[in-house]
Amino acid sequence: MSKQELDKVAANGLINRRHLLGLGLAGMGTVASTSLLGADAGLNLEIPGWSKQPGANASGYGSRSRFTDDMQRMAGNPNPLYPGGGASRSPLHQLHGSITPNSLHFERHHAGIPDIDPAQHKLVIHGLVRQPLVFSYEDLLRYPMVSKIYFLECSGNSGSLFGPNAADGSAQSLHGLVSGAEWTGIPLSTLLDEAGVDPDARWINAVGADAASMGRSIPLNRAMDDVMLALFQNGEPVRPGQGYPMRLFVPGCEGNISVKWLTQIKLTKEPTHFRDETSKYTDTRLDRKSLQFTFPMGTKSVITAPSGQMKLERQGIYQVTGIAWSGRGSIRRVEVSADGGRTWADAMIDSHQSEKALARFRIPWEWSGGDAVLQSRATDSQGNVQPTRTSLVNEKGNISTYHFHGIQSWAVNTAGDIANVYA
Amino acid sequence: MSTLKKLVTTAAVSISLVIGISAAVQAQSLGTPVDESQLKNFDLIAQADGSGYPDGGGTAIQGKAIFERRCVACHGMNGEGTSANTRLVGGDMQSEERPIRTVGSYWPHASTLFDYVQRAMPADAPKSLSSSEVYQVIAYVLNMNGIIEDSLLLNKESLMQVEMPNKDGFIDSSQAL
Repeated sequence: MSKQELDKVAANGLINRRHLLGLGLAGMGTVASTSLLGADAGLNLEIPGWSKQPGANASGYGSRSRFTDDMQRMAGNPNPLYPGGGASRSPLHQLHGSITPNSLHFERHHAGIPDIDPAQHKLVIHGLVRQPLVFSYEDLLRYPMVSKIYFLECSGNSGSLFGPNAADGSAQSLHGLVSGAEWTGIPLSTLLDEAGVDPDARWINAVGADAASMGRSIPLNRAMDDVMLALFQNGEPVRPGQGYPMRLFVPGCEGNISVKWLTQIKLTKEPTHFRDETSKYTDTRLDRKSLQFTFPMGTKSVITAPSGQMKLERQGIYQVTGIAWSGRGSIRRVEVSADGGRTWADAMIDSHQSEKALARFRIPWEWSGGDAVLQSRATDSQGNVQPTRTSLVNEKGNISTYHFHGIQSWAVNTAGDIANVYA
Repeated sequence: MSTLKKLVTTAAVSISLVIGISAAVQAQSLGTPVDESQLKNFDLIAQADGSGYPDGGGTAIQGKAIFERRCVACHGMNGEGTSANTRLVGGDMQSEERPIRTVGSYWPHASTLFDYVQRAMPADAPKSLSSSEVYQVIAYVLNMNGIIEDSLLLNKESLMQVEMPNKDGFIDSSQAL
């Protein structure tokens, strides 16, 4: 394919997504275009050393290539005044596809990760029920389970974008509090039905077994819908940082209500108004009223590569890629702009997208060496369109910094440096 | 019937067929019955209607001593905090351009203060305060915010009467689509 045949579909170098496969791109730093056809005379392929001696034996537990050890979550320094509190962010800029490896799934803890012996752990369902019940881990493993792929996003993800100045950051540092996984567990309704929900019950109050006994109140109608008691993540027992031996999983909603290390579900008439649903995780509006129980995460997308703090070394064709998700449905469309939102082109996404799951999008882009501003804009199956940052901030103000889902801009300068900007 | 329920029913039926245990899988009851009385050392939930408030009590004067011993490292001698997250006192939701949101200016329910301190504070030794110590230390936090007198005996009855300045400041969005 020659450069002249590239089908430009929006300004500043965006190329028809259908060329993606034909170009055979491999991502950052790969120059396709005209050099595809010309052989490099200096290249002479030899059989490498690792093909001339037996490799390592099979192992009981797998590990990644030593050449990928730089893929790490970004965790803040421990704060002695907030023992165990904090978060670690997924390296979005290095990940592909739509499933996050368990070891790189983001985490947020309010009092550290408890070391729970599943044989000693109990799940209690009580309050406004016919019969209060206690379940052991062994009991729960015997129930019929379902497996579903869902995103999980912290309410505070991308929160710095509410700020007055664009922070110098990467996809990981700005947006890394989102991940995607397959969760397997028991529909919560199964267990609530077994206890027998009292007609007066309106809320469940879910409490974890961590040192903060972190609790959240969830309306009963939502709890009876698609909420799951999750026991497995991507096929293996939920890891300690994700709530081992069990967590609540509330699809599409702010991560904090998917209470980890779940040990108590109390049915009540009123919500408890836990600290983490009054003091925190509430959204103060411009009129100073605060929205409480703002659960679904907005329709959102993020370009993960090329992205902040990367550098384009050469002109040529790059794969612009990222993730999109919505707490209210599936992703139907992702558009990408290379000129700060003036013109847009449809990125490629798989035709079938799951509800409340990450969608991977891709579109080829030719960087000609000039200034560019890369943006992405998601539309979900309910018709919700990701708003611009300006309209989101104008609507919500920035007294609170939860639930940011506006369009974010990566500026590429003539040196190839990439930075978060407000455009 | 929701899709999820259909799936579960279908799964249960197919498992039943395969391993021949009739309807037992779908209707299985593996939870062990318990009485609420067996949960009294387990259930820490305290709600605004007074449910979950334990016996015991005390005053802000008593609470000051506990606060100065157990809380000031993070919350400061006068509740001014060591960060925005640990500030307990002051702020005004209406007058400030960027309101400082504290227990006094923001929290809508006094029950939340009891519930949170009992379950999660102090951060370096959660659940180490007795019920009376929790009443006393939250009495001091409320007193520093000018919400109660320092001589008020805070207990399960009087705590139910405490009105927070921002009690009408929240909108329940739990049913928003």
